[in-house]
Amino acid sequence: MTTATDRDRPQPRPARRPPAPGLRDTAHGYVRRLRGGELGALPAVLGLVVLCVVFAVLRPVFLSHLNFANLLTQGAGSIAIAMGLVFVLLLGEIDLSAGFASGVCAAVLAVLLTDQGWPWYGAVLAAVVTGMVIGLVLGVLVARVGIPSFVVTLAAFLAFQGIVLMLLKEGTNISIHDPVILAVANGNLSPALGWVLLAVGTAGYALVQVRQAAHRRRRGLTAAPPTLIAVRIGALAVPGTVAVYLLNEERSRNVLVDSLRGVPLVVPLIAALVVLGTFVLRRTAYGLHLYAVGGNPEAARRAGINVPAIRISAFVICSSLAAVGGVIAASRGNSVDPNTGGSNVLLLAVGAAVIGGTSLFGGRGRVVDAVLGGMVVAVIQNGMGLMGYSSGVKYAVTGSVLLIAAGVDAASRHRAVRR
Amino acid sequence: MTATPTLELRGVDKSFGPVQVLHDVGFRAHAGEVTALVGDNGAGKSTLVKCIGGIHPFDSGDYLFEGRPVQVHSPREAAALGVEIVYQDLALCDNLDIVQNMFLGRERRSGLILDEATMEEMAAETLAGLSVRTVTSVRQRVSSLSGGQRQTVAIAKAVLWNSKLVVLDEPTAALGVAQTAQVLELVRRLADNGLTVVLISHNLNDVFAVSDRIAVLHLGRTAAQVRTGDVTHAQVVELITAGRSGDLGPATTNGATT
Repeated sequence: MTTATDRDRPQPRPARRPPAPGLRDTAHGYVRRLRGGELGALPAVLGLVVLCVVFAVLRPVFLSHLNFANLLTQGAGSIAIAMGLVFVLLLGEIDLSAGFASGVCAAVLAVLLTDQGWPWYGAVLAAVVTGMVIGLVLGVLVARVGIPSFVVTLAAFLAFQGIVLMLLKEGTNISIHDPVILAVANGNLSPALGWVLLAVGTAGYALVQVRQAAHRRRRGLTAAPPTLIAVRIGALAVPGTVAVYLLNEERSRNVLVDSLRGVPLVVPLIAALVVLGTFVLRRTAYGLHLYAVGGNPEAARRAGINVPAIRISAFVICSSLAAVGGVIAASRGNSVDPNTGGSNVLLLAVGAAVIGGTSLFGGRGRVVDAVLGGMVVAVIQNGMGLMGYSSGVKYAVTGSVLLIAAGVDAASRHRAVRR
Repeated sequence: MTATPTLELRGVDKSFGPVQVLHDVGFRAHAGEVTALVGDNGAGKSTLVKCIGGIHPFDSGDYLFEGRPVQVHSPREAAALGVEIVYQDLALCDNLDIVQNMFLGRERRSGLILDEATMEEMAAETLAGLSVRTVTSVRQRVSSLSGGQRQTVAIAKAVLWNSKLVVLDEPTAALGVAQTAQVLELVRRLADNGLTVVLISHNLNDVFAVSDRIAVLHLGRTAAQVRTGDVTHAQVVELITAGRSGDLGPATTNGATT
């Protein structure tokens, strides 16, 4: 009798040993992928460099220590929401309600902290659970009921706006006094802790890379050449060192009144989310199934993947990360008002994900894209603010950049399809 | 000759509502052989394949697998028997690489983490076992592959799981001359490796090039099941179009003359 377990064991066959690739092959492969329309994060990285140079030349204050720290804390809320959106965009869906979902979660946090007197951890947990419930409802409506995600989340966009108003008693502003919550977006690591975390993070990344390569080489599989591993580690360590060094400099205007130095707390928070999200997408079967459903839902279904469950889970992750974004926004604003998570928050987050290289057509994207794209958006907002442009101009420019990024995405997809 | 066919269908019927698609169809496929299933459009080939693959159940008749009567109600049950079907539209994810596609839905893991090394080894071994030389790296994205290479990956995916019966639905329909030759060579190799292969094709040149037996469906009935060496091209065309040819074909067919 043939059983399922018998069939899970493939027949032994003679192994084929591929030759180990050098750095040159890796570079060639990268160029070939670029030509094939897989631009990845390249436009975002180039754009970031160009924007930074332009703003630094036009407004030297852009490079000041204080502004650099500002840039990071300004972007953090949108980046958290954008990381969640990556999961939904991977499936080719959209969540237009993520901005106000973060507002609802922030309002829940504020009400529980102040009116109900909950401790900060209870309120944060409640905010994240609120996000999960929101995601579950949206996901079920999209995946089980079959309403297009555009419509479901557009309706939710409006409804959540109303819920925020109701939670905040028709538009009062709730100030937050909890020191822990306030520290999320306003606190800094001590300079020593900043260095320690950078060292631990870099060492951890290096260890994972080296062990993975050694494991593959031992199995006779193609492994990343040592030079490539060194380049990757350098790409993390060098900017990291520069950033920690700059952030550890004194940036207070008056040292006698108040010392302001160290890496903002949101940086390790976002970094931890990136590591977690990347692990889920790259290393687990669940992550692979997300890509599969985004690439070809029919193939995923025939492979036995529960496609509706994957869809629902993506919305749950998206809204949960929106809740994290809401907590960061509440902390940064020191308060929650009816506009928390409103106005341009959602569009900046979608822009961040797409500018970073996540495809609107599904199947392509990484969590780190949200960070790169989010930095581009933050630099535009911040730099143009310093140049003295009005909000109107900032919005128009950010909108244009989003459109350009979506155009690049569409063009590269067209190119990939035509081949 | 092996006594027991891997797959034997006896007297199967299948209707969709008022339309009877299959009438009393008999079909056999033996291990180590390529059995071609031919017939005109609407003859019932696709329905027969979907029933074999468990997508639709047969209404009546016997489904014997390795001599034992079985009931197949879902693709999963068919896969558990060792039946894999490679559909015409392939169902590969363009944005994933070859290894990821071959193991999709049946990934190897160690704990939470995907066991990439083992899967990559097994995929490379399977492709090597099929003497596939056209694919340079198993970590290539499927979007970068040609039509023939995609077909190769789809077939390799089907044989990865110790399958016994592989059904190929029009594997060469969308391919050029050189790629068709490569895929046919692969189809032949599957049978030479001891698998039971059923090949559905419209192209009689392909059928005569690789098959050991030919089964002809005509208007939902088995017109004939013959050894490829015993018939000519013209006879098969006649069986496909008229349902009989000389003394081949069901005796009950009236009015058919040569």
